Amino acid sequence: MTITSLGLVLLTIIGAATPLLFAALGELVTEKSGVLNLGVEGMMLAGAVVGFAVTVTTGSSFLGVLAAALAGAGMAFLFGVLTLTLAANQVATGLALTIFGIGLSALFGSGFVGVPVAPLPKLSIAGLSDLPFFGPLLFGQDALVYLSIVAVAAVAWFLKRSRPGMILRAVGESDLSAHSIGYNVIAVRYAAVLFGGAMAGLGGAFLSLSYTPMWAEEMTAGRGWISLALVVFASWRPWRVMLGAYLFGGVTILQLYAQGAGGLGVPAQVMSMLPYLATVLVLTIIAAGPWKGRLDAPACLGKPFRPST
Amino acid sequence: MVRGPLMRLRIEPRQETSRLMLYVTPVAAVIMTVLTGLVLFVLMGYAPGPTLYYFFVSPLLTLYGLSELMVKAAPLIMIGVGLAMGFRANVWNIGAEGQLTCGAIAAGGVALALWEQEGLWILPLMCAAGIAGGALYAAIPAFLKTRFDVNEILTSLMLTYVATLLLSTLVYGPWKDPAGFNFPYSRMFTDAAILPILMEGTRLHVGTLVALLIAVAGWVLMTFTIIGFQIRVLGQAPAAARFAGFSRSKLIWLCLLTSGGLAGLAGTFEIAGPIGQLVPVISPGYGFTAIIVAFLGRLHPLGIILSGLVMALSYIGGENAQVEVGLPQAVTGVFQGLLLFFLLASDFVVRYRVRLAPAMGDRP
Repeated sequence: MTITSLGLVLLTIIGAATPLLFAALGELVTEKSGVLNLGVEGMMLAGAVVGFAVTVTTGSSFLGVLAAALAGAGMAFLFGVLTLTLAANQVATGLALTIFGIGLSALFGSGFVGVPVAPLPKLSIAGLSDLPFFGPLLFGQDALVYLSIVAVAAVAWFLKRSRPGMILRAVGESDLSAHSIGYNVIAVRYAAVLFGGAMAGLGGAFLSLSYTPMWAEEMTAGRGWISLALVVFASWRPWRVMLGAYLFGGVTILQLYAQGAGGLGVPAQVMSMLPYLATVLVLTIIAAGPWKGRLDAPACLGKPFRPST
Repeated sequence: MVRGPLMRLRIEPRQETSRLMLYVTPVAAVIMTVLTGLVLFVLMGYAPGPTLYYFFVSPLLTLYGLSELMVKAAPLIMIGVGLAMGFRANVWNIGAEGQLTCGAIAAGGVALALWEQEGLWILPLMCAAGIAGGALYAAIPAFLKTRFDVNEILTSLMLTYVATLLLSTLVYGPWKDPAGFNFPYSRMFTDAAILPILMEGTRLHVGTLVALLIAVAGWVLMTFTIIGFQIRVLGQAPAAARFAGFSRSKLIWLCLLTSGGLAGLAGTFEIAGPIGQLVPVISPGYGFTAIIVAFLGRLHPLGIILSGLVMALSYIGGENAQVEVGLPQAVTGVFQGLLLFFLLASDFVVRYRVRLAPAMGDRP
């Protein structure tokens, strides 16, 4: 493999990893506040279709990306009303959100199948972006790729160092104590859920505007669920989410290349199973490994909370 | 200064969940979904009256329509009964779609291996293979859950994608019909591998009766047996279940194997009934819709018969409205999601009481 083709492989891995990174990072914050939102797949699809539709109709990819984040947050708001205000079962509501998102995005996007879109513009710095190997990799990405990496650092700092981040973690670890010392548990959780939705929406927009610039029904193909697994894999740590997203991006791309190279005699469909099988394998290793006592799942994850009046 | 009203709404948890509300709310959720659908039709520029008629009424007016309703409800009821058992025990098998596919692969393998053979034993053998295929596929999440405590939601869902790809590998590859002009279909099954039809001129097959029997059996199991009691205790009070010495692992295995086996049988009925061969996609999402069916039926096997029929109508009505007024197929998915939302939202009044109370803020 020449150095140029290695560069190309790395570029595509970044592309495959970025949607996962956005969605998983958002879900991490949601889960840190004690809420399990299984509707990531549905929120990603909402972001993908709305981002695509707005970009095509307005011609502005900036507006498209913004609308995608809002669409994801809108779906998350629905989830919040049910689980936070009405204390509904989080698992069931998350599943409902995914089913609803698949249907709604298919309905909304039916007029956009096969429509071309201008992909997100890539950074171009005279001199730097043309450097061999490192140029396109470091200085030739689109804004969402850079944003995803900045977001990892920001979320890591926010959760670990900032005061609101500490409150958010307190709410996720012990909702009753946080409530009794005067924090508004429900409001904090709403904020975390909305952030998770907006990030999933951005992940979806990256799919439909950059990775594969088009809209197709259910184009997320399980990435929302893989993102949920990534959060467990990362034991709720932002930088490990990034590591996980890039590892999974790597698996996805390598199997694509293997398919292109004749699949080593294995049918293409069998190769396509790899990311899903890898997810199961990774979840098992994480659960079975010697470190299993230190997984750090937020103590209140998935438990409904209603302040007694 | 003008004071606000002296009364305000107060929300209190009920001591016991309201039985009345438990049964009224699913009906209310269906009504709310239909009303929202009406708004949706108008927004999309469809005449609300006729669209509503073709979606919800006209499929029920002919004998053929009713038979199709049963054909679509059968897999939903069978899978829903199995899933509900698990949901009661807090075992979240959401990979029924994959288990359905695996059951169909196993049963289809038998049908193809015995192609053009005669014998009344072929169908029972296919059913056994289908049940085994679905149950074995559900055994993977069961094993990982009980042995390593791996979340069954994620594993069962991931395996659904794998099962779909496996079926596709087979029908595009070794199981492709040699005389099929290279289409990704298996051979049409021969008569001995096709379910008998109950009513001439319809697709109403024997499997629909089996589905109803399974619901009754599920009701007996959950209501009158010690196993059913243990499942309910495990879900509602895990600590009590542990204290009483119920084996958590055993119950998780039981729930996953049963729901997987029933999904596998549903897949068998699909390929041996309405489809008659293996194709790349066997189910229009029955495995996922059955999750809604289970909740809408209040996790009660007899309620699931009713909710299975309601959800079957959403499929048939969707197809009918697509043919008659050109409504996009995706509306069905939107309806199904909305219905579950409304149901979950209405659960609030099952668990909480909303009433007027003197406003607290007015006290000195």
